[in-house]
Amino acid sequence: MPGDRIGGAPDSVVILGAGHAGSQLAVALRDKGFTGGITLVNGEAEAPYQRPPLSKAYMANGQGDALWFLKPESYVAKDIRLVAGPAISVDRADRSVTLADGTSVGYGHLVFATGTRNRPLPGPWADRGVRTLKTLRDATALRAMLDQTRSLAIIGGGFIGLELAAYANRRGIDVDIVERGPRLMARAVSEPISEHFLAQHRAAGIRVHLDTGVASLDRVGRLTRLTLDGDSHVEADLVIAAIGVTAETSLAQAAGLAVEDGILVDEQLRTEDPAISAIGDCARFPSAHADAPLRLESVQNANDHARLVAGRLTGTPATYDALPWFWSDQGADKLQIAGLPGAADRRVRRGTAESGRFTVFSFRDGRLFAAESVNMPADHMVARRLIASGGIVDADALATPENALKTFLQHRQDA
Amino acid sequence: MTVITFAGPSGKRQEFVTEETTTAMTVARLNGVSGIEAECGGSLSCATCHVYVAESDVHKLPPASEDELEMLELVAAERRPTSRLCCQIVLGDNVDSLVLELPETQF
Ligand SMILES: Cc1cc2nc3c(=O)[nH]c(=O)nc-3n(C[C@H](O)[C@H](O)[C@H](O)COP(=O)(O)OP(=O)(O)OC[C@H]3O[C@@H](n4cnc5c(N)ncnc54)[C@H](O)[C@@H]3O)c2cc1C
Ligand code: FES
Repeated sequence: MPGDRIGGAPDSVVILGAGHAGSQLAVALRDKGFTGGITLVNGEAEAPYQRPPLSKAYMANGQGDALWFLKPESYVAKDIRLVAGPAISVDRADRSVTLADGTSVGYGHLVFATGTRNRPLPGPWADRGVRTLKTLRDATALRAMLDQTRSLAIIGGGFIGLELAAYANRRGIDVDIVERGPRLMARAVSEPISEHFLAQHRAAGIRVHLDTGVASLDRVGRLTRLTLDGDSHVEADLVIAAIGVTAETSLAQAAGLAVEDGILVDEQLRTEDPAISAIGDCARFPSAHADAPLRLESVQNANDHARLVAGRLTGTPATYDALPWFWSDQGADKLQIAGLPGAADRRVRRGTAESGRFTVFSFRDGRLFAAESVNMPADHMVARRLIASGGIVDADALATPENALKTFLQHRQDA
Repeated sequence: MTVITFAGPSGKRQEFVTEETTTAMTVARLNGVSGIEAECGGSLSCATCHVYVAESDVHKLPPASEDELEMLELVAAERRPTSRLCCQIVLGDNVDSLVLELPETQF
Protein backbone atom coordinates (compact mmCIF):
# COMPACT_ATOMS: atom_id res chain seq x y z
CA MET A 1 0.00 0.00 0.00
CA PRO A 2 1.57 3.33 -0.97
CA GLY A 3 2.46 5.45 2.00
CA ASP A 4 2.73 2.53 4.43
CA ARG A 5 5.75 2.67 6.66
CA ILE A 6 7.28 -0.32 8.40
CA GLY A 7 10.29 -0.79 10.64
CA GLY A 8 12.63 1.99 11.64
CA ALA A 9 13.71 1.04 15.16
CA PRO A 10 17.30 2.18 15.84
CA ASP A 11 18.46 -1.43 16.06
CA SER A 12 16.74 -2.49 12.82
CA VAL A 13 18.76 -3.47 9.78
CA VAL A 14 17.54 -3.18 6.20
CA ILE A 15 19.48 -5.08 3.54
CA LEU A 16 19.11 -4.14 -0.12
CA GLY A 17 19.62 -7.22 -2.28
CA ALA A 18 19.10 -10.85 -1.27
CA GLY A 19 21.99 -12.39 -3.20
CA HIS A 20 24.95 -14.07 -1.60
CA ALA A 21 26.06 -11.11 0.48
CA GLY A 22 22.63 -9.93 1.61
CA SER A 23 21.27 -13.38 2.44
CA GLN A 24 24.44 -14.35 4.27
CA LEU A 25 24.32 -11.13 6.28
CA ALA A 26 20.75 -11.79 7.42
CA VAL A 27 21.65 -15.31 8.56
CA ALA A 28 24.95 -14.26 10.15
CA LEU A 29 23.23 -11.52 12.16
CA ARG A 30 20.89 -14.08 13.73
CA ASP A 31 23.74 -16.55 14.25
CA LYS A 32 25.57 -13.86 16.18
CA GLY A 33 22.56 -13.22 18.37
CA PHE A 34 21.20 -10.04 16.78
CA THR A 35 17.68 -9.44 18.12
CA GLY A 36 16.62 -6.33 16.18
CA GLY A 37 14.46 -6.37 13.07
CA ILE A 38 15.97 -7.63 9.82
CA THR A 39 14.37 -6.70 6.51
CA LEU A 40 15.86 -8.35 3.43
CA VAL A 41 14.74 -6.67 0.22
CA ASN A 42 14.65 -9.14 -2.65
CA GLY A 43 15.25 -7.57 -6.05
CA GLU A 44 14.23 -10.69 -7.95
CA ALA A 45 10.98 -12.60 -8.34
CA GLU A 46 12.43 -15.93 -7.14
CA ALA A 47 13.22 -16.89 -3.56
CA PRO A 48 16.87 -15.91 -2.90
CA TYR A 49 19.27 -18.39 -4.50
CA GLN A 50 22.94 -19.11 -5.17
CA ARG A 51 24.39 -17.99 -8.48
CA PRO A 52 27.53 -20.11 -9.02
CA PRO A 53 25.66 -23.30 -9.99
CA LEU A 54 23.81 -21.44 -12.78
CA SER A 55 26.73 -22.00 -15.14
CA LYS A 56 27.55 -25.41 -13.63
CA ALA A 57 25.31 -28.00 -11.90
CA TYR A 58 22.03 -26.21 -12.63
CA MET A 59 22.65 -26.38 -16.38
CA ALA A 60 22.86 -30.15 -16.04
CA ASN A 61 20.15 -30.86 -13.45
CA GLY A 62 17.72 -27.93 -13.62
CA GLN A 63 16.96 -28.15 -9.89
CA GLY A 64 16.10 -24.57 -8.97
CA ASP A 65 14.94 -25.29 -5.40
CA ALA A 66 18.33 -26.80 -4.58
CA LEU A 67 19.83 -23.34 -5.13
CA TRP A 68 17.84 -21.58 -2.42
CA PHE A 69 19.78 -20.24 0.53
CA LEU A 70 16.90 -21.01 2.88
CA LYS A 71 13.53 -22.58 2.35
CA PRO A 72 10.64 -20.12 2.77
CA GLU A 73 9.71 -21.36 6.29
CA SER A 74 13.27 -20.80 7.50
CA TYR A 75 13.00 -17.02 6.99
CA VAL A 76 10.02 -17.04 9.32
CA ALA A 77 11.80 -19.27 11.82
CA LYS A 78 14.75 -16.89 11.89
CA ASP A 79 12.52 -13.82 12.00
CA ILE A 80 14.00 -12.42 8.79
CA ARG A 81 11.43 -10.31 6.95
CA LEU A 82 11.91 -11.08 3.27
CA VAL A 83 10.10 -8.42 1.25
CA ALA A 84 9.58 -8.00 -2.49
CA GLY A 85 11.61 -5.20 -3.99
CA PRO A 86 13.35 -3.75 -5.68
CA ALA A 87 14.04 -0.67 -3.60
CA ILE A 88 13.65 2.44 -5.74
CA SER A 89 15.01 5.18 -3.50
CA VAL A 90 16.83 5.86 -0.27
CA ASP A 91 16.14 8.90 1.89
CA ARG A 92 19.17 9.29 4.14
CA ALA A 93 17.76 12.20 6.13
CA ASP A 94 14.59 10.24 6.93
CA ARG A 95 16.51 6.94 7.24
CA SER A 96 14.08 5.15 5.01
CA VAL A 97 13.92 3.19 1.79
CA THR A 98 11.04 3.18 -0.66
CA LEU A 99 10.13 -0.08 -2.37
CA ALA A 100 8.67 -0.48 -5.85
CA ASP A 101 5.16 -0.95 -4.41
CA GLY A 102 5.41 2.33 -2.51
CA THR A 103 6.04 0.87 0.94
CA SER A 104 8.48 2.86 3.00
CA VAL A 105 10.86 0.90 5.22
CA GLY A 106 12.69 2.71 8.00
CA TYR A 107 16.18 1.66 9.03
CA GLY A 108 18.59 1.99 11.90
CA HIS A 109 21.34 0.65 9.66
CA LEU A 110 21.17 0.18 5.90
CA VAL A 111 23.33 -2.25 3.92
CA PHE A 112 23.75 -2.16 0.16
CA ALA A 113 24.22 -5.68 -1.22
CA THR A 114 23.03 -4.91 -4.72
CA GLY A 115 25.65 -6.90 -6.63
CA THR A 116 26.41 -6.21 -10.27
CA ARG A 117 24.65 -5.93 -13.57
CA ASN A 118 25.90 -7.41 -16.83
CA ARG A 119 27.81 -4.96 -18.98
CA PRO A 120 25.40 -3.69 -21.64
CA LEU A 121 25.67 -5.37 -25.02
CA PRO A 122 26.81 -3.26 -27.96
CA GLY A 123 23.83 -1.69 -29.76
CA PRO A 124 22.37 -4.26 -32.12
CA TRP A 125 23.43 -7.45 -30.35
CA ALA A 126 20.45 -7.77 -28.05
CA ASP A 127 18.02 -7.28 -30.94
CA ARG A 128 19.79 -10.04 -32.82
CA GLY A 129 19.19 -12.61 -30.13
CA VAL A 130 22.41 -12.50 -28.11
CA ARG A 131 21.76 -13.88 -24.62
CA THR A 132 23.41 -13.23 -21.26
CA LEU A 133 23.51 -15.09 -17.94
CA LYS A 134 23.03 -13.52 -14.55
CA THR A 135 19.84 -14.74 -12.96
CA LEU A 136 18.02 -18.01 -12.39
CA ARG A 137 15.52 -16.82 -14.96
CA ASP A 138 18.30 -16.35 -17.54
CA ALA A 139 19.67 -19.79 -16.73
CA THR A 140 16.29 -21.47 -17.08
CA ALA A 141 15.78 -19.87 -20.49
CA LEU A 142 19.28 -20.86 -21.62
CA ARG A 143 18.77 -24.45 -20.48
CA ALA A 144 15.68 -24.73 -22.62
CA MET A 145 17.47 -23.20 -25.60
CA LEU A 146 20.47 -25.47 -25.28
CA ASP A 147 18.16 -28.43 -25.82
CA GLN A 148 17.55 -27.10 -29.35
CA THR A 149 21.10 -25.95 -29.99
CA ARG A 150 23.68 -27.63 -32.18
CA SER A 151 26.16 -24.79 -32.37
CA LEU A 152 26.95 -22.21 -29.72
CA ALA A 153 29.14 -19.11 -29.91
CA ILE A 154 30.30 -17.59 -26.65
CA ILE A 155 31.65 -14.06 -26.61
CA GLY A 156 34.08 -13.64 -23.72
CA GLY A 157 36.65 -16.09 -22.37
CA GLY A 158 36.16 -15.48 -18.66
CA PHE A 159 34.97 -17.93 -16.01
CA ILE A 160 31.28 -17.91 -16.88
CA GLY A 161 31.86 -18.19 -20.63
CA LEU A 162 34.28 -21.07 -20.17
CA GLU A 163 32.07 -22.95 -17.72
CA LEU A 164 29.17 -22.73 -20.13
CA ALA A 165 31.39 -23.70 -23.05
CA ALA A 166 32.66 -26.79 -21.25
CA TYR A 167 29.13 -27.84 -20.31
CA ALA A 168 27.79 -27.40 -23.85
CA ASN A 169 30.78 -29.20 -25.33
CA ARG A 170 30.17 -32.21 -23.08
CA ARG A 171 26.59 -32.29 -24.31
CA GLY A 172 27.85 -32.61 -27.86
CA ILE A 173 27.16 -29.01 -28.91
CA ASP A 174 29.66 -27.46 -31.30
CA VAL A 175 31.28 -24.51 -29.46
CA ASP A 176 33.24 -21.41 -30.49
CA ILE A 177 34.67 -18.99 -27.94
CA VAL A 178 35.61 -15.50 -29.08
CA GLU A 179 37.92 -13.59 -26.75
CA ARG A 180 39.22 -10.12 -27.47
CA GLY A 181 42.24 -10.40 -25.19
CA PRO A 182 45.40 -12.44 -25.72
CA ARG A 183 44.53 -15.12 -23.15
CA LEU A 184 41.66 -16.73 -21.25
CA MET A 185 40.53 -15.44 -17.82
CA ALA A 186 43.26 -12.81 -18.11
CA ARG A 187 41.85 -10.63 -15.35
CA ALA A 188 42.00 -13.33 -12.71
CA VAL A 189 44.64 -15.98 -13.42
CA SER A 190 48.34 -16.23 -14.29
CA GLU A 191 49.65 -17.10 -17.78
CA PRO A 192 50.38 -20.77 -17.04
CA ILE A 193 46.78 -21.31 -15.94
CA SER A 194 45.40 -19.52 -19.00
CA GLU A 195 47.56 -21.75 -21.18
CA HIS A 196 46.51 -24.93 -19.44
CA PHE A 197 42.80 -24.19 -19.82
CA LEU A 198 43.27 -23.08 -23.43
CA ALA A 199 44.87 -26.44 -24.18
CA GLN A 200 42.15 -28.34 -22.28
CA HIS A 201 39.26 -26.63 -24.03
CA ARG A 202 40.88 -27.01 -27.42
CA ALA A 203 41.63 -30.68 -26.79
CA ALA A 204 37.94 -31.17 -25.95
CA GLY A 205 37.07 -29.80 -29.39
CA ILE A 206 36.12 -26.23 -28.53
CA ARG A 207 37.37 -23.65 -31.03
CA VAL A 208 38.95 -20.76 -29.11
CA HIS A 209 39.62 -17.51 -31.01
CA LEU A 210 42.01 -15.30 -29.02
CA ASP A 211 42.93 -11.69 -29.79
CA THR A 212 39.69 -11.54 -31.70
CA GLY A 213 36.86 -9.07 -31.42
CA VAL A 214 33.40 -9.30 -32.93
CA ALA A 215 33.25 -6.81 -35.81
CA SER A 216 29.58 -7.37 -36.59
CA LEU A 217 26.74 -9.73 -35.95
CA ASP A 218 23.83 -10.60 -38.26
CA ARG A 219 20.93 -12.99 -38.48
CA VAL A 220 21.15 -15.38 -41.41
CA GLY A 221 17.97 -17.44 -41.40
CA ARG A 222 17.91 -19.44 -38.17
CA LEU A 223 21.56 -18.76 -37.52
CA THR A 224 23.52 -15.86 -36.14
CA ARG A 225 26.60 -15.01 -38.13
CA LEU A 226 29.49 -13.35 -36.30
CA THR A 227 32.02 -11.53 -38.39
CA LEU A 228 35.26 -11.56 -36.47
CA ASP A 229 38.23 -9.20 -36.70
CA GLY A 230 40.33 -10.33 -39.64
CA ASP A 231 37.13 -11.11 -41.51
CA SER A 232 36.64 -14.73 -40.52
CA HIS A 233 33.15 -15.92 -39.61
CA VAL A 234 31.45 -18.05 -37.02
CA GLU A 235 27.85 -19.22 -37.37
CA ALA A 236 25.82 -20.47 -34.45
CA ASP A 237 22.26 -21.33 -33.39
CA LEU A 238 22.80 -19.54 -30.12
CA VAL A 239 25.10 -16.71 -29.05
CA ILE A 240 25.85 -15.96 -25.40
CA ALA A 241 27.82 -12.90 -24.34
CA ALA A 242 29.71 -13.24 -21.06
CA ILE A 243 31.66 -10.01 -21.18
CA GLY A 244 31.74 -8.94 -17.58
CA VAL A 245 29.76 -6.79 -15.20
CA THR A 246 29.65 -3.39 -13.58
CA ALA A 247 28.68 -2.67 -10.00
CA GLU A 248 25.00 -1.94 -9.33
CA THR A 249 25.39 1.47 -7.73
CA SER A 250 22.49 3.47 -9.17
CA LEU A 251 20.53 3.72 -5.92
CA ALA A 252 23.60 4.52 -3.83
CA GLN A 253 24.64 7.20 -6.27
CA ALA A 254 21.19 8.74 -6.31
CA ALA A 255 21.38 8.83 -2.50
CA GLY A 256 24.55 10.90 -2.78
CA LEU A 257 27.06 8.25 -1.73
CA ALA A 258 30.49 8.12 -3.37
CA VAL A 259 30.70 5.50 -6.12
CA GLU A 260 33.44 4.50 -8.54
CA ASP A 261 32.39 1.25 -10.23
CA GLY A 262 31.50 0.20 -6.70
CA ILE A 263 30.17 1.88 -3.61
CA LEU A 264 33.19 3.26 -1.77
CA VAL A 265 33.64 1.94 1.76
CA ASP A 266 36.35 2.01 4.43
CA GLU A 267 38.25 -0.91 5.95
CA GLN A 268 35.19 -1.74 8.05
CA LEU A 269 32.96 -1.63 4.96
CA ARG A 270 31.20 1.58 6.03
CA THR A 271 30.24 4.24 3.51
CA GLU A 272 30.77 7.90 4.34
CA ASP A 273 27.33 7.76 6.03
CA PRO A 274 27.84 5.94 9.35
CA ALA A 275 24.34 4.46 9.07
CA ILE A 276 25.11 2.77 5.73
CA SER A 277 27.43 -0.11 4.76
CA ALA A 278 28.04 -1.85 1.43
CA ILE A 279 29.07 -5.47 0.96
CA GLY A 280 29.72 -8.07 -1.71
CA ASP A 281 30.09 -7.48 -5.45
CA CYS A 282 28.83 -3.87 -5.22
CA ALA A 283 31.43 -2.64 -2.70
CA ARG A 284 34.85 -1.16 -3.41
CA PHE A 285 37.03 -1.53 -0.33
CA PRO A 286 40.64 -0.99 0.76
CA SER A 287 42.56 -4.27 0.96
CA ALA A 288 45.92 -5.38 2.25
CA HIS A 289 46.00 -7.74 -0.75
CA ALA A 290 46.02 -4.96 -3.36
CA ASP A 291 47.52 -1.51 -3.91
CA ALA A 292 44.29 0.23 -4.83
CA PRO A 293 40.77 -0.26 -3.45
CA LEU A 294 39.32 -3.52 -4.71
CA ARG A 295 35.98 -4.70 -5.96
CA LEU A 296 35.71 -8.47 -6.18
CA GLU A 297 33.07 -10.72 -7.66
CA SER A 298 33.14 -13.86 -5.59
CA VAL A 299 31.22 -15.85 -3.06
CA GLN A 300 34.15 -15.70 -0.65
CA ASN A 301 34.09 -11.91 -0.76
CA ALA A 302 30.31 -11.78 -0.28
CA ASN A 303 30.41 -14.20 2.68
CA ASP A 304 33.37 -12.62 4.45
CA HIS A 305 32.00 -9.11 3.97
CA ALA A 306 28.67 -10.24 5.37
CA ARG A 307 30.24 -11.80 8.44
CA LEU A 308 32.36 -8.72 9.11
CA VAL A 309 29.35 -6.39 9.04
CA ALA A 310 27.29 -8.84 11.12
CA GLY A 311 30.10 -8.73 13.67
CA ARG A 312 30.20 -4.93 13.69
CA LEU A 313 26.43 -4.64 14.11
CA THR A 314 26.55 -7.05 17.04
CA GLY A 315 29.37 -5.29 18.87
CA THR A 316 32.56 -6.87 17.52
CA PRO A 317 33.91 -4.47 14.88
CA ALA A 318 36.97 -5.55 12.90
CA THR A 319 39.10 -4.47 9.97
CA TYR A 320 38.46 -6.41 6.80
CA ASP A 321 41.52 -8.35 5.67
CA ALA A 322 40.19 -11.75 4.52
CA LEU A 323 42.24 -13.51 1.88
CA PRO A 324 40.40 -13.69 -1.46
CA TRP A 325 39.76 -17.17 -2.86
CA PHE A 326 37.74 -18.49 -5.76
CA TRP A 327 36.86 -21.63 -7.64
CA SER A 328 35.69 -22.50 -11.15
CA ASP A 329 34.61 -25.89 -12.52
CA GLN A 330 35.30 -26.29 -16.22
CA GLY A 331 34.58 -29.69 -17.69
CA ALA A 332 36.51 -32.22 -15.61
CA ASP A 333 38.86 -29.59 -14.20
CA LYS A 334 38.50 -27.87 -10.87
CA LEU A 335 40.41 -24.61 -10.63
CA GLN A 336 40.90 -23.14 -7.15
CA ILE A 337 42.57 -19.80 -6.59
CA ALA A 338 43.97 -18.47 -3.31
CA GLY A 339 45.02 -14.82 -3.23
CA LEU A 340 45.02 -12.52 -6.26
CA PRO A 341 47.44 -13.79 -8.90
CA GLY A 342 48.94 -10.57 -10.27
CA ALA A 343 52.42 -9.61 -11.39
CA ALA A 344 54.92 -11.96 -9.73
CA ASP A 345 58.71 -12.01 -9.36
CA ARG A 346 58.69 -15.76 -9.46
CA ARG A 347 56.27 -18.61 -10.04
CA VAL A 348 56.95 -22.22 -9.11
CA ARG A 349 54.91 -25.29 -9.89
CA ARG A 350 54.10 -28.47 -8.02
CA GLY A 351 52.85 -31.31 -10.17
CA THR A 352 52.65 -31.24 -13.95
CA ALA A 353 50.16 -30.01 -16.51
CA GLU A 354 50.44 -33.41 -18.25
CA SER A 355 49.14 -35.19 -15.15
CA GLY A 356 46.25 -32.74 -15.02
CA ARG A 357 47.00 -32.03 -11.34
CA PHE A 358 49.23 -29.13 -10.42
CA THR A 359 49.51 -25.85 -8.52
CA VAL A 360 51.20 -22.64 -9.59
CA PHE A 361 52.57 -20.66 -6.63
CA SER A 362 53.30 -16.93 -7.12
CA PHE A 363 55.93 -15.03 -5.12
CA ARG A 364 56.57 -11.31 -4.77
CA ASP A 365 59.41 -9.88 -2.66
CA GLY A 366 60.15 -13.38 -1.44
CA ARG A 367 56.64 -14.01 -0.16
CA LEU A 368 53.97 -16.38 -1.41
CA PHE A 369 50.94 -14.27 -2.35
CA ALA A 370 48.84 -16.45 -4.64
CA ALA A 371 48.32 -20.08 -5.56
CA GLU A 372 46.28 -21.53 -8.41
CA SER A 373 45.47 -25.21 -8.14
CA VAL A 374 44.13 -27.49 -10.85
CA ASN A 375 42.54 -30.61 -9.36
CA MET A 376 44.67 -30.21 -6.23
CA PRO A 377 42.20 -29.32 -3.46
CA ALA A 378 44.64 -29.96 -0.62
CA ASP A 379 47.23 -27.63 -2.17
CA HIS A 380 44.58 -24.95 -2.31
CA MET A 381 43.67 -25.33 1.34
CA VAL A 382 47.29 -25.32 2.50
CA ALA A 383 48.10 -22.32 0.31
CA ARG A 384 45.24 -20.33 1.80
CA ARG A 385 46.67 -20.80 5.25
CA LEU A 386 50.24 -20.10 4.19
CA ILE A 387 49.31 -16.88 2.42
CA ALA A 388 46.99 -15.68 5.17
CA SER A 389 49.79 -16.07 7.70
CA GLY A 390 52.26 -13.98 5.72
CA GLY A 391 53.42 -16.26 2.91
CA ILE A 392 56.80 -17.00 4.40
CA VAL A 393 57.79 -20.25 2.72
CA ASP A 394 60.72 -21.35 0.61
CA ALA A 395 59.86 -21.43 -3.09
CA ASP A 396 62.33 -24.19 -3.97
CA ALA A 397 61.17 -26.40 -1.13
CA LEU A 398 57.56 -25.86 -2.23
CA ALA A 399 58.42 -26.91 -5.78
CA THR A 400 59.92 -30.19 -4.58
CA PRO A 401 57.18 -32.82 -4.86
CA GLU A 402 58.82 -35.05 -2.22
CA ASN A 403 58.04 -32.44 0.44
CA ALA A 404 54.46 -33.10 1.57
CA LEU A 405 52.63 -29.79 1.52
CA LYS A 406 51.14 -30.16 4.96
CA THR A 407 54.61 -30.13 6.49
CA PHE A 408 54.96 -26.48 5.46
CA LEU A 409 52.13 -25.60 7.80
CA GLN A 410 53.85 -27.45 10.64
CA HIS A 411 57.19 -25.73 9.96
CA ARG A 412 55.43 -22.43 10.14
CA GLN A 413 53.81 -23.26 13.46
CA ASP A 414 57.10 -24.50 14.90
CA ALA A 415 58.98 -21.43 13.77
CA MET B 1 13.15 -41.15 2.75
CA THR B 2 15.86 -40.23 5.24
CA VAL B 3 15.56 -38.98 8.79
CA ILE B 4 18.59 -36.78 9.34
CA THR B 5 19.65 -35.34 12.68
CA PHE B 6 22.20 -32.57 13.23
CA ALA B 7 23.61 -32.55 16.75
CA GLY B 8 25.33 -29.30 17.79
CA PRO B 9 28.39 -29.17 20.04
CA SER B 10 26.20 -27.76 22.82
CA GLY B 11 23.83 -30.71 22.59
CA LYS B 12 21.10 -29.04 20.50
CA ARG B 13 19.53 -31.58 18.11
CA GLN B 14 17.60 -30.73 14.95
CA GLU B 15 15.82 -33.45 13.00
CA PHE B 16 14.58 -33.27 9.40
CA VAL B 17 12.89 -35.71 7.06
CA THR B 18 13.86 -35.67 3.39
CA GLU B 19 11.80 -37.28 0.65
CA GLU B 20 13.91 -36.46 -2.38
CA THR B 21 17.50 -37.32 -3.13
CA THR B 22 19.63 -34.47 -1.84
CA THR B 23 22.81 -33.85 0.13
CA ALA B 24 23.12 -33.47 3.88
CA MET B 25 24.63 -30.01 3.29
CA THR B 26 21.58 -28.88 1.30
CA VAL B 27 19.24 -30.01 4.08
CA ALA B 28 21.32 -28.09 6.62
CA ARG B 29 21.43 -24.92 4.54
CA LEU B 30 17.76 -24.82 3.54
CA ASN B 31 16.77 -25.27 7.18
CA GLY B 32 19.27 -22.71 8.41
CA VAL B 33 21.22 -25.10 10.66
CA SER B 34 23.93 -23.01 12.36
CA GLY B 35 27.40 -24.49 12.32
CA ILE B 36 27.42 -25.63 8.69
CA GLU B 37 28.85 -22.80 6.59
CA ALA B 38 29.15 -24.61 3.24
CA GLU B 39 30.67 -21.53 1.65
CA CYS B 40 31.27 -23.07 -1.76
CA GLY B 41 27.80 -24.57 -2.04
CA GLY B 42 29.04 -28.13 -2.48
CA SER B 43 31.87 -27.61 -4.97
CA LEU B 44 34.38 -29.31 -2.69
CA SER B 45 36.32 -26.06 -2.42
CA CYS B 46 35.87 -24.82 1.13
CA ALA B 47 35.79 -27.59 3.78
CA THR B 48 33.35 -25.52 5.84
CA CYS B 49 30.67 -28.23 5.75
CA HIS B 50 32.59 -30.57 8.06
CA VAL B 51 30.60 -33.05 10.21
CA TYR B 52 31.26 -36.16 12.29
CA VAL B 53 29.13 -39.12 11.30
CA ALA B 54 27.76 -41.03 14.32
CA GLU B 55 29.78 -44.25 14.80
CA SER B 56 26.69 -46.37 14.36
CA ASP B 57 25.90 -44.76 10.99
CA VAL B 58 29.31 -44.81 9.37
CA HIS B 59 28.62 -48.11 7.59
CA LYS B 60 25.56 -46.61 5.85
CA LEU B 61 27.66 -44.29 3.66
CA PRO B 62 29.98 -45.04 0.77
CA PRO B 63 33.58 -44.04 1.50
CA ALA B 64 34.84 -40.54 0.79
CA SER B 65 36.49 -39.75 -2.57
CA GLU B 66 40.20 -38.94 -2.87
CA ASP B 67 39.45 -35.24 -3.22
CA GLU B 68 37.22 -35.23 -0.17
CA LEU B 69 39.89 -37.03 1.86
CA GLU B 70 42.43 -34.41 0.79
CA MET B 71 40.16 -31.58 1.86
CA LEU B 72 39.39 -33.31 5.16
CA GLU B 73 43.06 -33.09 6.08
CA LEU B 74 42.59 -29.36 6.42
CA VAL B 75 39.31 -28.88 8.24
CA ALA B 76 39.43 -26.23 10.97
CA ALA B 77 38.21 -28.43 13.84
CA GLU B 78 39.73 -31.74 14.93
CA ARG B 79 39.82 -34.33 12.17
CA ARG B 80 38.46 -37.69 13.30
CA PRO B 81 38.05 -41.04 11.54
CA THR B 82 34.33 -40.22 11.28
CA SER B 83 34.93 -36.79 9.67
CA ARG B 84 33.12 -36.09 6.40
CA LEU B 85 32.27 -33.09 4.26
CA CYS B 86 28.49 -33.18 4.31
CA CYS B 87 28.11 -31.70 0.81
CA GLN B 88 29.39 -35.09 -0.37
CA ILE B 89 26.88 -37.11 1.67
CA VAL B 90 24.03 -38.04 -0.63
CA LEU B 91 20.75 -38.92 1.07
CA GLY B 92 18.44 -41.20 -0.82
CA ASP B 93 16.66 -44.48 -0.36
CA ASN B 94 19.98 -46.06 0.59
CA VAL B 95 20.08 -44.21 3.93
CA ASP B 96 17.08 -44.53 6.27
CA SER B 97 18.47 -42.41 9.07
CA LEU B 98 21.66 -40.52 9.79
CA VAL B 99 23.03 -38.62 12.78
CA LEU B 100 25.66 -35.96 12.07
CA GLU B 101 27.51 -34.14 14.81
CA LEU B 102 28.67 -30.59 14.18
CA PRO B 103 32.26 -29.61 14.97
CA GLU B 104 33.20 -26.69 17.25
CA THR B 105 34.17 -24.51 14.30
CA GLN B 106 34.32 -24.42 10.49
CA PHE B 107 37.03 -21.73 10.17
C1 LIG C 1 26.73 -17.68 -13.63
C2 LIG C 1 27.59 -17.26 -12.47
C3 LIG C 1 28.54 -18.13 -11.96
C4 LIG C 1 29.34 -17.77 -10.88
N1 LIG C 1 30.26 -18.67 -10.40
C5 LIG C 1 31.01 -18.35 -9.30
C6 LIG C 1 31.92 -19.29 -8.73
O1 LIG C 1 32.10 -20.41 -9.21
N2 LIG C 1 32.60 -18.92 -7.61
C7 LIG C 1 32.43 -17.70 -7.04
O2 LIG C 1 33.07 -17.41 -6.02
N3 LIG C 1 31.59 -16.79 -7.57
C8 LIG C 1 30.87 -17.09 -8.69
N4 LIG C 1 30.01 -16.16 -9.21
C9 LIG C 1 29.93 -14.82 -8.60
C10 LIG C 1 29.03 -14.82 -7.37
O3 LIG C 1 27.78 -15.37 -7.68
C11 LIG C 1 28.88 -13.40 -6.87
O4 LIG C 1 30.16 -12.92 -6.52
C12 LIG C 1 27.95 -13.31 -5.68
O5 LIG C 1 26.67 -13.72 -6.03
C13 LIG C 1 27.94 -11.90 -5.15
O6 LIG C 1 26.95 -11.74 -4.18
P1 LIG C 1 26.23 -10.33 -3.99
O7 LIG C 1 25.18 -10.57 -2.95
O8 LIG C 1 27.22 -9.28 -3.80
O9 LIG C 1 25.53 -10.05 -5.38
P2 LIG C 1 24.39 -10.88 -6.10
O10 LIG C 1 24.40 -12.30 -5.71
O11 LIG C 1 24.48 -10.53 -7.53
O12 LIG C 1 23.04 -10.27 -5.50
C14 LIG C 1 22.67 -8.93 -5.66
C15 LIG C 1 21.16 -8.87 -5.58
O13 LIG C 1 20.77 -7.52 -5.37
C16 LIG C 1 19.58 -7.30 -6.08
N5 LIG C 1 19.36 -5.86 -6.24
C17 LIG C 1 19.99 -4.99 -7.08
N6 LIG C 1 19.47 -3.76 -6.95
C18 LIG C 1 18.49 -3.84 -6.01
C19 LIG C 1 17.56 -2.92 -5.45
N7 LIG C 1 17.55 -1.63 -5.83
N8 LIG C 1 16.69 -3.36 -4.53
C20 LIG C 1 16.70 -4.65 -4.13
N9 LIG C 1 17.54 -5.58 -4.63
C21 LIG C 1 18.42 -5.17 -5.56
C22 LIG C 1 19.80 -8.05 -7.35
O14 LIG C 1 18.56 -8.31 -8.01
C23 LIG C 1 20.46 -9.32 -6.85
O15 LIG C 1 19.52 -10.30 -6.55
C24 LIG C 1 29.20 -16.49 -10.31
C25 LIG C 1 28.25 -15.59 -10.83
C26 LIG C 1 27.45 -15.96 -11.89
C27 LIG C 1 26.43 -14.99 -12.44
S1 FES D 1 30.27 -27.01 0.82
FE1 FES D 1 32.30 -26.47 0.31
S2 FES D 1 33.35 -28.34 0.53
FE2 FES D 1 31.33 -28.85 1.12
